[in-house]
Amino acid sequence: MLILHCPYCGIHADETELAPGGEAHIRRAGPGSDDTEFENYMFARKNPKGVHFERWRHVHGCGKWFHAARATDTLEVFGTYPAQTTEPPEEILAHIRKRRPDWKGFQG
Amino acid sequence: MKRYSAFAIAREALRHHTGWQRAWRSPAPKPRYDVIIIGAGGHGLATAYYLGRNHGIRNVAVLEKGWLGGGNTGRNTTIIRSNYLQDESAAIYEKARSLYETLSQDLNYNIMFSPRGVMMLAQTEHEVRGYRRTAHANRLQGVETRFISPAEVREIAPIIAIDGPRYPVLGALWQPRGGTARHDAVAWGYARACSDMGMDIIQQCEVTAIRQERGRVTGVETTRGTIGCDKLGIIVAGHSGQLAEMAGFRLPIESVALQALVSEPIKPVLDTVVMANTVHGYISQSDKGELVIGGGADGFNNYTQRGSFHHIEETVRALVETFPIISRLKMLRQWGGIVDMTGDRSPIIGRTPLENCFINCGWGTGGFKAIPGSGWAMAATMARGEPDDLAAPFGMERFREGRFIDESVAAGVAH
Ligand SMILES: Cc1cc2nc3c(=O)[nH]c(=O)nc-3n(C[C@H](O)[C@H](O)[C@H](O)COP(=O)(O)OP(=O)(O)OC[C@H]3O[C@@H](n4cnc5c(N)ncnc54)[C@H](O)[C@@H]3O)c2cc1C
Ligand SMILES: [Zn+2]
Repeated sequence: MLILHCPYCGIHADETELAPGGEAHIRRAGPGSDDTEFENYMFARKNPKGVHFERWRHVHGCGKWFHAARATDTLEVFGTYPAQTTEPPEEILAHIRKRRPDWKGFQG
Repeated sequence: MKRYSAFAIAREALRHHTGWQRAWRSPAPKPRYDVIIIGAGGHGLATAYYLGRNHGIRNVAVLEKGWLGGGNTGRNTTIIRSNYLQDESAAIYEKARSLYETLSQDLNYNIMFSPRGVMMLAQTEHEVRGYRRTAHANRLQGVETRFISPAEVREIAPIIAIDGPRYPVLGALWQPRGGTARHDAVAWGYARACSDMGMDIIQQCEVTAIRQERGRVTGVETTRGTIGCDKLGIIVAGHSGQLAEMAGFRLPIESVALQALVSEPIKPVLDTVVMANTVHGYISQSDKGELVIGGGADGFNNYTQRGSFHHIEETVRALVETFPIISRLKMLRQWGGIVDMTGDRSPIIGRTPLENCFINCGWGTGGFKAIPGSGWAMAATMARGEPDDLAAPFGMERFREGRFIDESVAAGVAH
């Protein structure tokens, strides 16, 4: 069972308390964007086998959205952080690099 | 290849079974092939088979990182049905179902197709309306289904608790020629027939990179060396995103875990397949007597082939309510597979941005039933270099064009 730390209420919540919300840090395509940009924004997904950044919501808790850095091939959790950011904080990235030296790095 | 027959069994019985051949060869890879298929699951093997049988393309290799049939093809609950809502889906799933009817004869391999009927219970008013609509659609599509009453449900499957407690059964969508087949045998039967046509099935051979020149595929790098090809088919289910990244494009797909479980074997209690989509569970009984049970998929990306326990709990709770007689059964095993989910819950078959590289994926929780039809359409698409009629609606460009084949509204459960 996946256990994630909610950065808002500070508790370790297990999966049954949380709702998964898909890939994080997706940049919205605005008015004037072409079909390919909209396709990328709405449908194309990284779906990596390895390090992944995703959105989670603490539905049966404080109700807030947060982000998690996770490995999809081992279920290891690297850390969680508040959702009000366009990229993962440096301490999370440093931790991932330590755990996975050949990781290619965050790509927005 | 020696044919399997009643005569062969008698002959081998007399000589202590010393004359059986291996079902397929295990050759070393050649430097190049006309066609390489990545992934020896049902869809990859069926594609290779129909490339040879329907299109005369036999210089083909199927590359598999593990053992053939060890992916979702060997992990599913084997439900076969074609009672989909949209015309495009009904066409390809019904093609597959009808090919299943004679597949044992075509392959000279007993795949144990058992058209025991598939029943999808309607347990809310919404479902009653939905399934009536599907039955009407199926009639227009030429797919034989019928909406049946609670009394008929009880007659077909007496162990169902028709009156609730939570959700009384209000009727069901019934497809009498749906059913099950032996999943391993489907992979093995196609593999044997491919090998017999001279194709190379190469196991323990993981593709690690895709070679290209000027936007055109030229071969693959593998754990057993570089292999060249004219055309490449990526047919790897849960790993599609990874292979697409190697080829240089992204897919509208997320990979998540789907689980199933089987009970201890018991005397025959259920001779049909029952799906209860509102409460999220489905069940059938194998020839060995085990109840084969499945439910919903997990919600987050996962490549570990193990899922979350609370989904098992949810499924079992739902089925115990619907079939009270199973409440004391012990469960023998539980396992997971990584399924490739698209947004509209329909597959992707067709060309990719890389020239001569084709993809077949996105079957998600329900692609076992589609194997023969998918292989048929994929083979035609690869042979001609452009999609045939069955495949055409399923190109990945449908997402850009907003032309979804929306089956997510039509089925609430993973199957
Ligand atoms: C628990 C569960 C229950 C299901 N129940 C049903 C059901 O009742 N009815 C139904 O119709 N469908 C069902 N499905 C769905 C069905 O199993 C799949 O849609 C179908 O088997 C997919 O077949 P495939 O050949 O595309 O993939 P797979 O059988 O997964 O084959 C893909 C192969 O590609 C190989 N591969 C991956 N990466 C590489 C690489 N880099 N190099 C070489 N090889 C590679 C893998 O090892 C694998 O063997 C279920 C699935 C699961 C998990
Ligand atoms: Zn919280």
